[in-house]
Amino acid sequence: MNVLASNATDIVTEIKNSSVSAEEYISKVLDHVNKVESKVHAYISLNELAIRRAREIDSAVRKGEKLGRLAGVAIAIKDNICTRGLKTTCASKMLEDYIPPYSATVIERLEKEGAIIVGKTNLDEFAMGSTTEFSRFGESRNPWDTGRVPGGSSGGSAVALAAGEAALSLGSDTGGSIRCPASFCSTVGLKPTYGLVSRFGLISFANSLELIGPMGRSVYDVALMLSCIAGRDSMDHTTLDIDPKDYTSLKQGVKGAKIGLIKEMISSDGVDEHVSKSIHDAAVKFETLGATIEEVSMSSLQYALASYYTIAMAEASSNLARYDGIRYGTGTNPEGFEWNSYYTKMRSNFGDEAKRRIIIGTYVLSSGYYGKYYLKAQKVRTLIKQEISSLFKRFNLLIAPTMPMLPFKIGEKNFDPLQLYMADINTVPANLAGIPSISIPCAFKDGLPIGLQIMGDYLSEELLLRAAYAFEEVTDVKKVADL
Amino acid sequence: MSIKIGLEIHCQLTGLQSKLFCACPSDYRGKPPNANVCPVCLGLPGTLPLLNKKALEYAVMIALALNCKIPDTVMFYRKNYFYPDLPKNFQITQYNSHQISSIGSEGAVEVDHKKVRIRRVQLEEDPGRLVYEGGMETSLYTLVDYNRAGVALVEIVTEPDFEDPKDVRIFLNKLTSVLEHLGVCDTKLEGAVRCDANVSLADGKKVEIKNVGSFKEVEKALMFEISRQKSLGIKGIEVKAETRHWDDVRRITIQSRTKEEEQDYRYFPEPDIPAVSLGSELINSITEKMPELPDARKIRFIEKFGLSEQTAQVLIDSKEMADFFEESIKAYSNAREIANWIVTDMKGFIDEVDSINSLEIKPAHIAELAKLVDQSIISRHSAKQILQQMVKSGEMPLEIMKKDESTKISDVQALTEIVDEVFAMETDAVQDALKNEKAINFLLGKVIQSTKGRADPKLATELIRKKLASISV
Repeated sequence: MNVLASNATDIVTEIKNSSVSAEEYISKVLDHVNKVESKVHAYISLNELAIRRAREIDSAVRKGEKLGRLAGVAIAIKDNICTRGLKTTCASKMLEDYIPPYSATVIERLEKEGAIIVGKTNLDEFAMGSTTEFSRFGESRNPWDTGRVPGGSSGGSAVALAAGEAALSLGSDTGGSIRCPASFCSTVGLKPTYGLVSRFGLISFANSLELIGPMGRSVYDVALMLSCIAGRDSMDHTTLDIDPKDYTSLKQGVKGAKIGLIKEMISSDGVDEHVSKSIHDAAVKFETLGATIEEVSMSSLQYALASYYTIAMAEASSNLARYDGIRYGTGTNPEGFEWNSYYTKMRSNFGDEAKRRIIIGTYVLSSGYYGKYYLKAQKVRTLIKQEISSLFKRFNLLIAPTMPMLPFKIGEKNFDPLQLYMADINTVPANLAGIPSISIPCAFKDGLPIGLQIMGDYLSEELLLRAAYAFEEVTDVKKVADL
Repeated sequence: MSIKIGLEIHCQLTGLQSKLFCACPSDYRGKPPNANVCPVCLGLPGTLPLLNKKALEYAVMIALALNCKIPDTVMFYRKNYFYPDLPKNFQITQYNSHQISSIGSEGAVEVDHKKVRIRRVQLEEDPGRLVYEGGMETSLYTLVDYNRAGVALVEIVTEPDFEDPKDVRIFLNKLTSVLEHLGVCDTKLEGAVRCDANVSLADGKKVEIKNVGSFKEVEKALMFEISRQKSLGIKGIEVKAETRHWDDVRRITIQSRTKEEEQDYRYFPEPDIPAVSLGSELINSITEKMPELPDARKIRFIEKFGLSEQTAQVLIDSKEMADFFEESIKAYSNAREIANWIVTDMKGFIDEVDSINSLEIKPAHIAELAKLVDQSIISRHSAKQILQQMVKSGEMPLEIMKKDESTKISDVQALTEIVDEVFAMETDAVQDALKNEKAINFLLGKVIQSTKGRADPKLATELIRKKLASISV
């Protein structure tokens, strides 16, 4: 068995029955990371304690102690999720040397299950972007074609999976940041229902839209990981009052399910014809699995991006205000500076995209414009929610391409913010509505992955994962690239 | 000339165990700098605010006490501005411009038979503290102490309904007493209550007065500011809309040194705290738990104990004094006598200390004193002197009288003569005393009275008993 390409579930089994030691496995992963990082740059930093953690797992195995559901599995963590004692940079100069004194709730839960953090993965600065080009530490590269972007902002987390540098990873999704790179890298990525997973320890970009979510090379792995991290958290008021539960019963299929294929997402001008064809093929697959497919219109989609970016930037402008170099992170000696000039000096350390969003967000919140932009965006958000909610009265699931295009070349779009924002058109509705959405590998065209997006109603993760699993069973696409 | 004064008051909910959004103790006083902090109140990346439910309850109590409307749904907003004492560079507060969602609004309080409207009551977090070593003018740097950051603060804003600084004083006294009765804020702690005032004359420009150190100073600052504006008017100079600071050393208001730019706080709903639905059940349960407030207590004092309005007012202006009064009358029931002792003779001593509890005199002392005066065992005149000693020593009145040998007549010969005189004068009382043990006190009172309080009560009692015994035989 090639442990580098194996599913997490299989690795756990091997470690539990001592077919392979955790130390051996983690060493292999680290060797491989050293080998391929120069080509793909998935990680910002590596966990020096990973081997020690692996030895602890091995000792637990030898002693016959009870092992967690993720015992020994190599996991990659997006670098905007706080890890105690491990640098957490948000790919920003602002937090270049920042070491959090506490761990995010999801980290605590994953470590309790025995997962071993390999390292912290690259992202667009503060998760603002969809290519992982806007990183203080340089861009990540798509393992399927290293001249192309891996998608973003959780680019490093998807790359680590597709390059065999980890078996599982955590991403965060504000407007598609898990699903976009999952689609571009041929991996599985789930954005859960808003409130199902704790945000405590996720460094905020846009609080009301984003969530941490699991990424893996199989639907089962993602379901297993969700089972480990979901459920209420007393540290986050926005979590739902829901008990943790097991999401891994996946085999019931989708027979009788009514699935809507969103017309605007598959056949508008901006959609690549190959992408469109693959998703149509996917719809046919669902029909052969016993589901019914109907094309359906989501007329509010045309306002989704405007609403999304207005809200996201408004929240971001406030969330990012705390980075002023006074209390933590990168700072210089403030002696001799008047406050405002020190702020000016320190806050110029943001990258261009973060600055752009802070400025626009500040503008849309300013008095006199609040009603015209922020409030209107919230009203549109309500309309989109209502339309999606009415669609789920007719359908059990909705499908669409995750991304309207194939992975594009590095540098191809990063000079044109609007073009980049347009790429999020299919993913933002799920964030605006707070519903779960998954991207799963669907097909390849000319060696480049295409992802299928499945959206479910509020808290319908079980059905969503079941459908994804059924589709995965009948879809043979590669998950790990040769590097 | 018409005067309009409005107030903006901040009071810390010192009655809480923990801060507004984290588990750090709310008592930050006396701790080393930046020792009373955690990732949440330091605003570290990735942390989220957790609303202190008790703080919400306390704020509702204040709003109810000020007769405010309480909305069904309470929301929090972010007020965005850059300042080093704000860990997140925004303050979590409340805001009513988009929809009424602060804890209270549209309240009213009666002040000296006039109505003062309350615009809003809101819950927010206190910022940290800036420290200038060696003074603001000379310090070369600013230190920041976040121990206070995140402490729960209630902001109370009045409409500009005051026409006289005196009414402001009365209002602030009343508010202080309300907060003490609710048990939510120890107003005596330094910085626990702060008040900004705005004042305009003859519908002219509004001037804000900040940096007033205590409630007591507000009236003085306002009086200065009003006379300053009046004298500008006489000289024909227009009053500028500005912020002025109260200089409590020079006792004047001075123009703010900092440039007051037009701030745009970019308020928007706090996404990390879902709207809180209060519901009538919660409001009802809080209403039921509300303690008796000063206004009701005053009426009770007047109706039940027959106190004058003025005496009752002085008592209820301080919860401690009112409590002291009620404790005293448990030991002796002459409420009017006890109330008078407290508001006249004790008041001067009370005003000199932070808390009535730091005086040695306890309710039992004042009750005993009132009783002895009622029984004519001691004269009112000597009682006043005894009270002064009780305040300091905490001894019971009779002990003090006994100790005070220099003034005491303890000579058997001398006292026997006086007792004989009293027996000759008060023949009816002597007959009473032969039948009724209690009437001895009357005779004793007479003895003490005729010696102007100098008779040793114990010895005198002994002599009276002896004489009574000789008569009855």
